Amino acid sequence: MSAATSHAAATSHGAVEPAETPLTPESWGKLGMWIFLAGDAVGFGTLLAAYGGMRATSADWPNPFEVLGINLTAAMTFLLICSSVTMVKALEWLGKGDRSRAKMFLLLTALGGAIFVGCQAFEWTHLIERGLHINGNPWGAALFGTSFFLVTGFHGLHVTGGVIYLLAMVGVVSRRPDPAASYNMVEITGLYWHFVDLVWIMVFTFMYLL
Amino acid sequence: MAEHKHPNYMAIFWALAVLTVLEIVVVFLPFGKLANGTLLCALAVTKAALVAMYFMHLRFETRTLGLIAVTPLAIATLLVFVILPDAFHVSHKTANVKPAPAGAKH
Repeated sequence: MSAATSHAAATSHGAVEPAETPLTPESWGKLGMWIFLAGDAVGFGTLLAAYGGMRATSADWPNPFEVLGINLTAAMTFLLICSSVTMVKALEWLGKGDRSRAKMFLLLTALGGAIFVGCQAFEWTHLIERGLHINGNPWGAALFGTSFFLVTGFHGLHVTGGVIYLLAMVGVVSRRPDPAASYNMVEITGLYWHFVDLVWIMVFTFMYLL
Repeated sequence: MAEHKHPNYMAIFWALAVLTVLEIVVVFLPFGKLANGTLLCALAVTKAALVAMYFMHLRFETRTLGLIAVTPLAIATLLVFVILPDAFHVSHKTANVKPAPAGAKH
């Protein structure tokens, strides 16, 4: 740990030497992202807990599995898992110093996210046409629609933000000739992207399968 | 540049893919709502843990960072237990479209 401590001391701005080992010795940005994600996870956790509460107190909650259908969403789940793999590949290539491969995998990750959002738009359109609205639906409890659009919409916004974030990172990698100079930023981007994947795993289980 | 020990990402990918297929299989199993639900939750938590531990490298980070990451899960679980008593103490469940029976005025 002494190497890490001296590294942190060398990069810390100014006078105060860390009193204990930093949580993320290689960068403060990573710690920042983890704390942001912890907060974001509370947001999603609250939404899902509220969903569970509303569903449990309702006598006529539709069976989501039958109403929503899971063929498309299962494919979307698989797509997000694939995009997580392309994300780790991007970081791996950057670590090996191959910027063009890293950029290609970042673009593939962004493409996966864009297709995901496209599928979601298609799914929403289809469900709205069948009568699922934010304030009611033909199958039962009105809150079913409210919670569905709220939770999947909140997640979809995260994916959209992630696609923009990934494209911005392609720019960062392009502008910095030294691959090591963007490694840390891409790793932090990866944290966000994998988190979005992780949340979808939960949303898919709780809102579609259960 | 601080580089991590890289886990075998493809192995994690296949594990996640197989667990996803298992989830969809579980939906069709005739074990009843409770057993199926428990199985589905267990599979989802396993998948989430795999993503966090290996894709997000949490396994290779400091213990305290792990605690920061797990805290929201604890809060969300607590929240479920705060909300759920309502489900069992409300004498009449709130059905959306059922008209009140005639004469049953409060």
